[in-house]
Order: sequence, then C-alpha cells, then structure tokens
Amino acid sequence: MNYKTKKRLAKVGVNLTIIVVGLLFIAPLLWMIISSLKPETKIFTQMGLEAFIPESLTFENYYNILFNKETGTNFFLYMWNSLYTVGMIVILGLIVNSLCAYALVKLKFPGAGLILMIIIALYIVPFESVLIPLYLIVNAFGWVNEYPALYVPFIANCFNIFLFRQFFLNIPKELEEAAHIDGASPWTTFWRIIVPNAKPVFATSAILTFVTHWSDFMWPLIVTTGASKRTVQVGIQYLFTDNNIQYGEIMAALSLTTIPVILIFLFFQRYYVQGITSSGVKG
Amino acid sequence: MEAAKKERFEPQSPNPIKMVKRNNPNRMTYKRQKKVLGILFSLPALVLLFTFLILPVILAFIYSFMDYAMLRPGEKTFIGLDNYQRLLTDGNFLNALKNTMYFTAVVVPLQSLVALGLALLVNKKVKLASLGRVFFFSPVVTSMVVVAILWTFLYNVENGLINSVLNLFGIPNQPFLLSPNQAMNSIIFMSIWQAAGFQMIIFLAGLKEVPEELYEAAEIDGANAWRKFLNVTLPALKHVTAFVLIITTIQAFRLFVQPFVMTNGGPSGSTKTLVYMLYEEGFQFRDVGYSSAISVVFFIIVLSVSLIMKKILVKE
Repeated sequence: MNYKTKKRLAKVGVNLTIIVVGLLFIAPLLWMIISSLKPETKIFTQMGLEAFIPESLTFENYYNILFNKETGTNFFLYMWNSLYTVGMIVILGLIVNSLCAYALVKLKFPGAGLILMIIIALYIVPFESVLIPLYLIVNAFGWVNEYPALYVPFIANCFNIFLFRQFFLNIPKELEEAAHIDGASPWTTFWRIIVPNAKPVFATSAILTFVTHWSDFMWPLIVTTGASKRTVQVGIQYLFTDNNIQYGEIMAALSLTTIPVILIFLFFQRYYVQGITSSGVKG
Repeated sequence: MEAAKKERFEPQSPNPIKMVKRNNPNRMTYKRQKKVLGILFSLPALVLLFTFLILPVILAFIYSFMDYAMLRPGEKTFIGLDNYQRLLTDGNFLNALKNTMYFTAVVVPLQSLVALGLALLVNKKVKLASLGRVFFFSPVVTSMVVVAILWTFLYNVENGLINSVLNLFGIPNQPFLLSPNQAMNSIIFMSIWQAAGFQMIIFLAGLKEVPEELYEAAEIDGANAWRKFLNVTLPALKHVTAFVLIITTIQAFRLFVQPFVMTNGGPSGSTKTLVYMLYEEGFQFRDVGYSSAISVVFFIIVLSVSLIMKKILVKE
C-alpha cells in the first residue's frame, strides 16, 4: 500500500466514523421530528428502526397544537413571548455590552482596568446563586408576570462584555489613531471603525445569547405566574405535565421549539465559528 | 477589498473646525472626551450589572444570616449562623450535595473527552466534517427542556426506544429514570449527549490555532499520528482544555432542568441537586433565609472548585 492509498483509506474511515457517530447524535432529534408527523397511536408502538420509518405521515399534531382552540395551549402566544423577550435581550445586549467593552478597552477612563477585572470576576457567579434576591428585586419593581422580568436582568452580560473585549483588543491601535488624526470622535470611531470591523463578534454574541436564553427555563418558570407571559419552554413543560397528555402534540411542540434554533444555527454557523476563531483584523 | 476598507476610515466630509484641530492637536480635549464618553458608554452595562448581579450577590449573603419568609417580609430578623448550622444536619442538603458532586465528577471528564474526540474528528480535512459539526452541535441548540422531555420518552421502561434497541441485543427492559440506581446515570448520559457539541466547538477553535508548521516539522521527524497528537496537539490545547474543564464544571454544578422535568428529583431523592433544593426552599417553601444560605454555599463551592482547577491546570 503506497502513501496515497493509505491517506485515502484514512479519509474514508474518518468519513464513516463521522456518519455513524453523527447519526447517533441526531437520532433522538430525528425521532422527535418523525414522531411529530405520526398519528398519536403509532408513536409508541413502532419501535427499533421502524420508529424512524413512518407508514403514514400526518400534520394533525401540528394543526392541533397550533389551531385547535379546544386544547387551549396558547402555543403561538408562548412562541411570541419567547421571541419577543429573547429578541430584546439580544438587541439591547449587543448595544450595551459592545459599548461597555469598547469604553473599557479603547477609551481607558480612570478605573477602567479595575472595572474590567470585576466584570471578569463576576462571570464566575452562577446565575442560580442569585435567584432568590433577583426574584425579590424584580418583584419590588412590580415586574412579576411582566415582560421586563424576562429580559431586563439579562441585557448586561459579563461573558458578552468579555467576548467583545477580546475582539476589540485585537483591533490595531493604528486604526483608531488614524481616525483620531482624521478628526473622528470616539463615538464616530466606534460606529465607523470598530463596529464594521467586529461584525463576526456581534454575530457570535447574538447567536450565543439567543441560544442560551431561548433555552431558559428556571427563571421564566419562577417569574411567570400565569399563561399570558409564559415562554415556550415553560409552556411545553406544562403540556408535558398535563393530566390529559397528548404525545403527538408534544412531539409537534418540541419540534416547533427546536427547528427555528437549528435553522438559525445553520444560517449563522460560519459567523459563529469564525467569531470564536478569528484573531482580529489584519492591519 | 483593501481599498474599500481604507475608504471607510476617511472622514465623510472634511469638517473645517476639525481640520484646525488636526493642525493644532489639542490632546487634552481628546483625552477628556475619551474619559467622559468612556464613563457614559459603560454606564448602562454597569448599572444593569449592579442592579441584577452585584446587588443580588450581596443580598443573598445578607439574607443567608436571616430568618426571612417570603410571605412575611416585615418579620425578618438576623439569626447569625443558624441557617448554616441547619444545613449541616439537613439530610436533604447532604444528599443534594452528594448527588451534585457525583454528577460533576462523572460529567466533567467524560464530556470533555467526548468533546475532544468529536473536535479531532471534524477537524480532519474530509468532505463530511462540516456535516458532522452540524450533527454534533444540534443537541446543543436544542433546549434542555425539549431534550429532557424527549429523553423521558426515550427512557420509558415499557415503550421507550432505548429499551427496544437494548432488546435487540437481548438485554431486558431497564427502568432507567424509575430506578434510584439508574436515574442519575441516565441523566448523565443524556447531558453529555446534549452538551458535548459546545465544548467541541471550543476545542475546534483551539485546534485551528495550532500552527500547521508544527505538524509538518513533526512529520519530517517521522512522528506518527499518535505522536503528533501527544507532542503537538495536546500541549497546544493546554489552555483550551483548562477553559473547557472549568466551564464544564460550572455547568455541571448547575444541574436542575433535567431532574426537574424528568424525575422531580426522585426516585427517593436520587436526582435531587443543590440547585433543585435551592429552588424548592425558595419558591415552594418560600424560605428566603434558608434558600439564601444554600445559594451562598453553592456559590462558594463553584467558586473554590473553579479557582482550584484554574490554579492546578494553568500552572502545569
């Protein structure tokens, strides 16, 4: 066997391993989507490989979860609540966190170094350890079962500030100095030089924040006392614990909750990986 | 591309006043401007971080020394270390601590190994690498609630898919989530499946940073794949590995959604975790003081474990 065939065989082996392991990884998700298209009675009767090859497909489960008023599951409302609150966290977070990182790294006002150290140190605080006081604070603001409770506490984020900081550090000083010589204010420098050069890190921050908070469960569970502000994660948990559990509808709900996020990831994947690996702008 | 970039840095229209400044650089004004705007730009984030992170940390600490029931906020009193003393003799707490430790001790090394393996696999320059990345990462973007509900069905003792596959290999139906001995391990298996893709991405970023020349040099020296991995890849991944281990540890300590959705902390408390107990004491029994004491202990454990890990891993 010469060197070339050996290399080719190794590649075939790697490809095969990726396929086998990859299928194991997505099998549960595949089963979820396929089951959501099966009639209720078939979900737990077709087993083994058969579970992945449905005899008949139906959109009944989707129809029921979305439009059947009798079930009263408010699935559209839950989806909207999640989209709205997570959208607010992402958009406001991008502005607040990038500005803060820019100020700390590039404007270097007195105390910036210390503040940065505190922010990095705060990153280690696990959210759960502030759960009770945070609830009491949000309650004092009158936000229990209101939208602000679901997004305001999560706009400023230590990890995102850190992420922006890492990226901004790599933007060469010469760029800003050139802008300054051309008469640009720090604000203009931020908008015209930093932001256009930092698109990947904005995409990274946005997608990480979206995925994280789309999945949030404990906090929405605590601060939503009724169905009106319930997020989709809390909503499907209620479907799951319902006495009159409808498996097909749950499978449809699980799929509807998951597919948008997977699509977003597929769409942003390039930015996401680029954002982590990119080591800055080449001067 | 280069030209377009350069054009962007030109001022939109030459401002005569600013032109004067350019000829007579007034450094102090620019410095002051930077200072004022610096504070202004960072203020929103700092105010929010103070209100929703720093203040709660301080309050959790204070409340942990209080007898404070959520329903009677007017009657809170300082009781010193009573809440902490109660923790030491509370069988539920010790059980939750044990379960959380067990989960962390198993998940952190296993999940990191799986993630490293996946990263090495999709780092190869082969056709299916990007497809593999998507497959391995899909469970990560799937929310834990969805995953937990889905796997509760998969783990079902009578008609779960996993048992039906085990039957094909002649293994009888396993109780999984219904057995005190298997419930936590079942949650561990599922959690690794769900989260390994995230650490894979971080490892992958680390692998991409390894200079190609190092591999070429090793190849010239006649190193085989294993040698290259041992002598080039692993040392280059040192910091990435430390980072992965620490964040996985913090994640693992936070275990809550899986037992909450899948087992309600059971059977017989075998999947009750620190965060689960903190949630119960705070929001079901409405005991702010006791729950805060658990929060503080939880915080100190997470903090010290990550600091110790950082010290050991970064020193090497």
